[in-house]
Amino acid sequence: MDKKKKRSLTRGIILAVLAIAIGYTVYSSVTKEKVEVLRKGDDAPDFEVTDLNGEVHRLSDYKGQGVFLNFWGTWCEPCKREFPAIERQYKNFEAQGVQVLALNIAQSELEVKNYVESMSMTFPVAIDKTKSVMTAYNVNPLPTTILITPEGKVEKIITGEMSESQIVANLESIKPE
Amino acid sequence: MEKIRCECGHENPIGTKLCGVCGRALTEEEQQNKLADMRYDGIAIRSKTHNKSIIDKVWNFFSSVKVGITLIILNLLAASIGTILPQEFYIDASTEAAKKIYYEDIYGSFGSLYYNLGLSDIYSSWWFQILVLMLGVSIIIASIDRGVPLHKNLKNQRVKRHFNFMKRQRIFAEGQTTAQQDNTLGQVEEKLKKMRYNVRREGNALMAEKNRFARYGPYINHVGLIVFLIAVMLRLIPGFHVDESIWVAEGEMRAVPGMEGFFIYNDDFLLETHDNQAQGEQLKQGVNVVAKNFQTDAILYKQAEGSLPGQTDNLEEVLKEQIRVNHPMKYDGYAFYQMDYSLNELYKMKFALTNKETGASLGDVVIDLTNPEKTYDLGDGVRVDILSYVPDFSGFKNGQPQTATPAPNNPAFIFRMTTPETPEGETSFVAIKQTLEPLGETKYKMAFQNIETRDKTGLTIRKDSTIPFLFVGGFIFMLGVVIGSYWAHRRIWVEELEDGTIRLAAHTNKNWFGIKKELDVLTEAAHLPAYIDQVDLEKEKEKEGDTAL
Repeated sequence: MDKKKKRSLTRGIILAVLAIAIGYTVYSSVTKEKVEVLRKGDDAPDFEVTDLNGEVHRLSDYKGQGVFLNFWGTWCEPCKREFPAIERQYKNFEAQGVQVLALNIAQSELEVKNYVESMSMTFPVAIDKTKSVMTAYNVNPLPTTILITPEGKVEKIITGEMSESQIVANLESIKPE
Repeated sequence: MEKIRCECGHENPIGTKLCGVCGRALTEEEQQNKLADMRYDGIAIRSKTHNKSIIDKVWNFFSSVKVGITLIILNLLAASIGTILPQEFYIDASTEAAKKIYYEDIYGSFGSLYYNLGLSDIYSSWWFQILVLMLGVSIIIASIDRGVPLHKNLKNQRVKRHFNFMKRQRIFAEGQTTAQQDNTLGQVEEKLKKMRYNVRREGNALMAEKNRFARYGPYINHVGLIVFLIAVMLRLIPGFHVDESIWVAEGEMRAVPGMEGFFIYNDDFLLETHDNQAQGEQLKQGVNVVAKNFQTDAILYKQAEGSLPGQTDNLEEVLKEQIRVNHPMKYDGYAFYQMDYSLNELYKMKFALTNKETGASLGDVVIDLTNPEKTYDLGDGVRVDILSYVPDFSGFKNGQPQTATPAPNNPAFIFRMTTPETPEGETSFVAIKQTLEPLGETKYKMAFQNIETRDKTGLTIRKDSTIPFLFVGGFIFMLGVVIGSYWAHRRIWVEELEDGTIRLAAHTNKNWFGIKKELDVLTEAAHLPAYIDQVDLEKEKEKEGDTAL
């Protein structure tokens, strides 16, 4: 190989390495926030919570079923508006292999129990007492709903209120085949 | 590849100004210059040797000093634009909509424009980062482009240089020795060695050199900059950099964000003040109390191996420490800093179940607002049930009390009071400064006694594994600066012609005064002909010309 070709090759390699470094840096910093919170296709972090009736729910036990994971608080108005619709759809989809689980953010049992009673919610509700599940899923605004596929992957993250038709479509999207 | 063939037989790459071996001027322009262009020792700068393929064009673009300076200026401009208004990171708004409103409200149409142009988050914008990285590329390529050939050239220096090269050095001397002597070169060599020069001889020619490493200063400096940049880039890799914050009230356990499987418990928060009499400046400024200490007594817990988020029953204490300002709690590369506090949040409320008529109390009920009980049994058929509790009462909706936030800012209760006198139970709604009896007037009331408060601590959790890299980068950078600033690369060429004429030339990359002082000593010791400084001569000529006018 003559000198010129060799030099071009060296230069090409150096430029390519630098281009890759730039590309990676810019890409990862632009997508940074989305990486910190989960993204579609990520493995949903496993967790274990005990609901108000004392039943233990572990995410990995629901492999093969879709999981509709809703984070909420009693002060949150949009949460309150979407619960009746979730309640109406819950039984129907449970039979089709989609679990609904509502996680309250670190409120007292009395408040949560009273709230659940007054809203006539029958789907499992648990309290994330130390906010550790919330931290693992990096949930910030409430309500946030995370759709988890039967394979345990994150299908979609919805921040904010959903209409009943959106709830149905979302539950539909994580039904096992 | 085309070459320039020097008279001495050496083949130089195109663009070379001075032959790499003998130092003859190779370009016409160079031949006409009175003084040799010694920048990069007259080598062909890589980017000037080729300019054909795309690779070469990109290479040449980045190796250009003009481009480099332009990039520096653009970087400075962009970075300073970002300081006109506070960046999004520092403002009190979480959603995009809130941020937009914030800039509009506070800074008017300029703020709105600033936000819409994306200048409010300039440092994480892709184009700013590309700008910074392009500067990095420019530094790397320019260094390779100039550093590599310079290094090769300095490594392969010949002792004997052509007359043409020597004559065109700034410092030049030619003539007979000032005293009859043998072995002039031997004396020169000895003297120069004493001055800690590296001396090489080849026949009747001698070359002395010292502090060659000074020429590498700028390149070392650039390496430091690159290491620094790489360290900053490392922050983007997950796990290298954590910067989170958390609020923990006394008696509360919270998962630590950014630190999976760890929990922090706030045992006590302390704000101590100096209890001195206000005097002097303190009085002038109207400051009554001066804080002495902000402290959180914290306990760090770790989940047992294989535990999952949400499980709270298998925690092990790993560290118990007092976190004070500037005294963070440190664990495994993480540091917990005392950053903020909030005093006197409502914690417990004490009521007395009181007969309205007689004022007699049947007993006290203490309610933990963070975890109220459903029933408080006072014995003898006396009990109080909490039918409803809201921590931050905001009004009724469909007959239910509502809460605005999860914090107990304005707690409200619906009590059912059961006594032997009222076995059916009486219902009463109690909020701060407000009592309702929705189901008819009651015989008993929950009389407010007192409150207990607790404090909240605001902690910041940091981990930065890039700091050692930043230090190394900074150190290398400084090393380069020092090497480049405090040492000068000095070279002296001496040749003894057959008729006894001594020819001398000298070059340094800076501090000509210093090398001249050394040459003065050498000239005297070895009886060399006096040297001339051709730049000074030029200047003097110009001056003379000036006075002649």
